Amino acid sequence: MGITAPPDPALKLTADQTAADQTIGQPGVFPYTRGIHKDMYRSRLWTMRQFSGFSTPEETNERYHYLLEQGQTGLSVAFDLPTLMGYDSDHAMSEGEVGKCGAPISSLADMETLFNGIPLADVTVSMTINSPAAVIWAMYLAVAEKQGADLSRVGGTLQNDILKEYIAQKEYIFPPRPSMRLVTDTIEYGAKHTPRFNPVSISGYHIREAGSTALQELAFTLRDGLEYVDWALARGLAIDDFAPRLSFFFNAHNDFFEEIAKYRAARKLWATLMRDRYGAKDERSMKLRFHAQTAGCSLTWQQPYNNVVRTAIQAMAAVLGGAQSLHTNSLDEAYALPNEHAVTLALRTQQVIAYESGIKDVPDPFGGSEFLEQLTCDLEAGARDYIRKIDEMGGMISAIERGYPQTEIASASYEFQKKVERGEAVIVGVNKFQSGSNQGAEKQIDTLKIDQSAGDRQCEKLRRLRETRHNGEVARALGALRSAADGSDNLMPPLLDAVRAYATLGEICDVFREAFGTYEERPNI
Amino acid sequence: MNSIPIRVLVAKPGLDGHDRGAKIIARALRDAGMEVIYTGLRQTPEMIVNAALQEDVQVIGLSILSGAHSAIVPRVLELLREKDMAGVKVIVGGIIPDDDARDLERQGVTAVFQPGASLEAIVASVRNAVQAA
Repeated sequence: MGITAPPDPALKLTADQTAADQTIGQPGVFPYTRGIHKDMYRSRLWTMRQFSGFSTPEETNERYHYLLEQGQTGLSVAFDLPTLMGYDSDHAMSEGEVGKCGAPISSLADMETLFNGIPLADVTVSMTINSPAAVIWAMYLAVAEKQGADLSRVGGTLQNDILKEYIAQKEYIFPPRPSMRLVTDTIEYGAKHTPRFNPVSISGYHIREAGSTALQELAFTLRDGLEYVDWALARGLAIDDFAPRLSFFFNAHNDFFEEIAKYRAARKLWATLMRDRYGAKDERSMKLRFHAQTAGCSLTWQQPYNNVVRTAIQAMAAVLGGAQSLHTNSLDEAYALPNEHAVTLALRTQQVIAYESGIKDVPDPFGGSEFLEQLTCDLEAGARDYIRKIDEMGGMISAIERGYPQTEIASASYEFQKKVERGEAVIVGVNKFQSGSNQGAEKQIDTLKIDQSAGDRQCEKLRRLRETRHNGEVARALGALRSAADGSDNLMPPLLDAVRAYATLGEICDVFREAFGTYEERPNI
Repeated sequence: MNSIPIRVLVAKPGLDGHDRGAKIIARALRDAGMEVIYTGLRQTPEMIVNAALQEDVQVIGLSILSGAHSAIVPRVLELLREKDMAGVKVIVGGIIPDDDARDLERQGVTAVFQPGASLEAIVASVRNAVQAA
């Protein structure tokens, strides 16, 4: 082979290339397969948003200040399991779990501590909370108000995607229909009062972590999105009044090209569905914006430093796929919540991609590659099949009730595990290239230990709060909330009253448990 | 060889809902010819031990990824002793740091499986636990 000439920067497209160009489309042009902006990262980098929260609101607040000082551009709150399940830190079910997987937030007082010294008018915050999302959002808005922020300018994202909880992550409290009412209440309230806040982040991340394929992640997530749209329309909202604020959250997994194709197919499908299925006119309704997080489930306990490399490759796929914000996992997350050194390295990984690799200078550089375009089309077609199947079942809630997405995911995850067992799927350091004994891998890294006293400190704070707040006002607000829950008005105004009176998360969720009942899934393997 | 199938209870204690591992293990044990009862999510130690008693299982497999193992597992062991079920073997899987794993084994857990463990090893461990009993 001879030496190929370097590409001519002033190269003009031939007639054939122009035709190809029209099928693959252009960034910033419907159906946005190649990206939602014409210039993508040339005009604005993605937001570097590391998910973080542990121990107590005080310690988490310190970590936030640290991350912002290190150049992180947005915050992302991890709540602990009791908070995710609507229990106060001093509830019996919370024992041993307070502060373990995130920050415990039992009342407005904890939320005030969490954002102490962080101006919510300027910093956008993403909150990973689902069943009790409306309550936590009310606390957040109340803190923003107290800081003097103009709510119409406060920006951020509430995960608030209850459907994927029934499908994959399983942190549900109430049955599907009252849960969907709560989600719809936040969408409606947001459309009227907080135009810069994303009330829902429709999430494929957890579906993928539960073991789905890329196709299932794509299909179930978009079908969940359609379900939220249907409920908001049934509430009487117009599509273009709320669809521009629906946001998405996808996994960034190992298969580099498949992941890039997945994001492209997601944009193309969503734009087409919004236009053709719902008659959206506003192009912002059609533009699928998404956050990406590298795949936690791909991180290995063995040879943990390999995780840095995995994360870097996954993050590159997310960037090449046009993500609006990104979380990169830390190398120690197969062991514990990340330590400060590991979190910093994960953030630096994004910064190296952003500032050194040159990737940001070209939108969708692989667009037009026969392989990538074919993958994109295949994923789109496969997702359309799944969406049609779920439509035929009567929508996502019916599909969930019959266990359809859950079983599809469990089967995919078992099939993958069997491939790992047989050595057909290679995990470096786990089933191939093991370095001697795997024992002692943990000794290579310092893991973050959660102070066991965090739970006691939270309980003590709650005890003082219950003594010092105006309990008559709390009872009145909870009573009003109960009446509202039994009716059909939007629950955000009475929720805001209740949190301002320092009613706790657990007290508020108990009102909803009484009004709505609780949900249990039929266990099946 | 014993031709009566081994009976195993796979349980998910605590508040965590991440059931991918529990379901994979349940399927693998079932495919290995065992009778598997899966409890579903958010089981208290009391519910787990009661289910083990009702279902007359020889082994309990606990899947814990939230870091709450040090509170949950000793309570299960204590309840088994209280109910004269000390013959039921307990196997734990999940994100369990090395020191905690050794500690749980000292307290009477038969085996602890950390991330990356092979299904083959887990199936063998359940078989050995029953044969040793």
